[in-house]
Amino acid sequence: MPAPPSPAPVKVVTLTIDGQDLSARADETIIEVCRENKIPIPSLCYLDGLSVWGGCRLCLVEVAGQGRLFAACSTQVSEGLRISTNTERLQRYRRAIVELLFAERNHICSVCVSNGHCELQTQAQKCGVDHVRFPYRQAGYRMDSSHELFRMDHNRCILCTRCVRVCDEIEGAHTWDVMGRGSDCQVITDLAQPWGESETCTGCGKCVQVCPTGALVKQGTSAGEMVKDQQFLPILARRRHAQ
Amino acid sequence: MSRTITIEPVTRIEGHARITLQLGAEGELQDALFHLTQFRGFEKFCEGRPYREMPALTARTCGICPVSHILAANKACDHLLSVTIPPTAEKLRRIINLAQLTQSHALSFFHLSSPDLLLGWDADPATRNIFGVMRQYPELARDGIRLRQIGQTIIETLGGKKIHPTWVVPGGVSEALTQEKRTAMLKLLPEGLEIARRTYDFFKTLVPKFKDEASHFGTQDTLFLSLVTPEGNLEHYDGFLRLKDARGRIVEDRVPTWEYQRLVGEAVEDFSYMKFPYYKPMGYPKGVYRVGPLARLNNANACGTPYADVALAEFHMLQESGPIASSFHYHYARLVEIIYALEMMDRLLKDPDIMDQRVRARARSNRDEGIGVAEAPRGTLMHHYKIDDDGLITWVNLIIATGHNNLAMNAAIKQVAAAYVDANHLQEGMLNRVEAVIRCFDPCLSCASHAFGQMPMVIELQDAAGRVVDSLCRH
Repeated sequence: MPAPPSPAPVKVVTLTIDGQDLSARADETIIEVCRENKIPIPSLCYLDGLSVWGGCRLCLVEVAGQGRLFAACSTQVSEGLRISTNTERLQRYRRAIVELLFAERNHICSVCVSNGHCELQTQAQKCGVDHVRFPYRQAGYRMDSSHELFRMDHNRCILCTRCVRVCDEIEGAHTWDVMGRGSDCQVITDLAQPWGESETCTGCGKCVQVCPTGALVKQGTSAGEMVKDQQFLPILARRRHAQ
Repeated sequence: MSRTITIEPVTRIEGHARITLQLGAEGELQDALFHLTQFRGFEKFCEGRPYREMPALTARTCGICPVSHILAANKACDHLLSVTIPPTAEKLRRIINLAQLTQSHALSFFHLSSPDLLLGWDADPATRNIFGVMRQYPELARDGIRLRQIGQTIIETLGGKKIHPTWVVPGGVSEALTQEKRTAMLKLLPEGLEIARRTYDFFKTLVPKFKDEASHFGTQDTLFLSLVTPEGNLEHYDGFLRLKDARGRIVEDRVPTWEYQRLVGEAVEDFSYMKFPYYKPMGYPKGVYRVGPLARLNNANACGTPYADVALAEFHMLQESGPIASSFHYHYARLVEIIYALEMMDRLLKDPDIMDQRVRARARSNRDEGIGVAEAPRGTLMHHYKIDDDGLITWVNLIIATGHNNLAMNAAIKQVAAAYVDANHLQEGMLNRVEAVIRCFDPCLSCASHAFGQMPMVIELQDAAGRVVDSLCRH
């Protein structure tokens, strides 16, 4: 039997994050290096085990010598980078991003099934969002409660597309997708059919577990009862990639 | 020259209101109106939401009595699920309801009404408040605050937080009781009962001083509506609807709560955002009825706990015969109910089944219409929902305790104004009596409007042409 091909050698680079000298593989992203070294960096669309989307912009970091900010989830490290993850400017931007997410749809935490277990709520607390400075759009979004097991509330969707990616990349069903443009985008099942009528949905519930807010939840849950479990994802992702 | 007196805002009530007194050419009272001035629209914006969200959503109508809304909403959801909840869950729900009754009644009596009763109707408004009571009657003020704290602590112990707990869920409650929590709550109750009995004994000595007020504060003939147990006793969580008339005759009895629409119709008037429920067979506006502690005690054969039953017997001695008519005695009834609540919580917590771990029935919606009725501190609270096949709300009707009392409150302010307001010499103390009769009912207007905002009060005297000739303003 021929020996399996040995993996191509990966270059190692050295860089500085928040004054800390670190080394990392050259094919890693900034957020991966931060997570490995327990450097806190906020994110909503990024999830270990899914492809990178770079949509929420919460993980923006400053790179010395560069005027613009970089999304830590979609920027690979390189030799000599000097990165700051928590400057006053970044804090300001992150708070504004979270506020805009709240203003865009109708996130009423107090009555949400994910209250106390919501990643958006947690980020808001970390960013010090005690009020929203932007006018709420107050656009009314429908709920899709047609599925026997799960429920979709577009009012609480932040368009992170975790559901789209997990359904496509891990479950392989590609039930979810995105339609529309800008803030009017909505995630949809199949060709914008009611979820309960979807022919592709396997009812696995991975989309519900990876959803960071109360947008995708289990039926039968009351306020604060929806606790999500995402531990399955890195394990399944490794197995998928090994195939 | 006719005039109008406007009292706005009505103070020391929960919510925001205005009173106008319309006077005739000779200064005689022609009409008195109680206006609810804010609108919130809960019944509309709940549409489209999943029914399981209704307990948390409708609880936001109020920060004083959210538990009542949570219970009525969950009972409506239980009805949608078509389940009978586990007996232990029902007992636990009863305890949290009684804890809220204790804290809410304590708020009404000690914080809102005791300044009138202890300091006098004509006392300086600047000191006629809970702080004035603290200065002159520190022990009583301390008792009031402690009693409220006991109620709130029990709510927090069971529900996880004092206001808007989410522990009660469709089908039961989310967590069983622990021995630690049970012990902690049982430890609070003897002190609470001691305070309640002490206050009750003290108030009994005060009642004769208010003979005049008792004979003018809303003594009109009305019906009385409340829940009662199947045996006809005092009930706050479940049971049947009973309606008694002013002579004490039972007009309706053993009416299942889901048949409430057979008894209750709702009218609207253009001067208030509060609806005007009425007893359907008598029509509008004749079908006036009262709810709340006074109605509950008038309707109940007995309380079922030792001290409360003694107090109930003494309550019935306030009048020679028949149901107690004066709305002034809402205060008395409230104190009796606090005693009952504390005794009943003690009994329920000592029930061996209370530690049972089966506290939730699970089901999906099995019907498209659900009705939940419970006794809130201020009276009978009704939640009625309709849902579609996916469990989303298509229609909501909330009938709030304060709403039930709307016609009676309007009649009561008219009676008090006719007795006390001298339109030619308008004095603050006169108008305070008009407000005080409203306080007897302990209206919760934020619930009744399903309202938010400030609660200032202005009383205006207007001439026949609508010109303001005199006014009193409170900010």
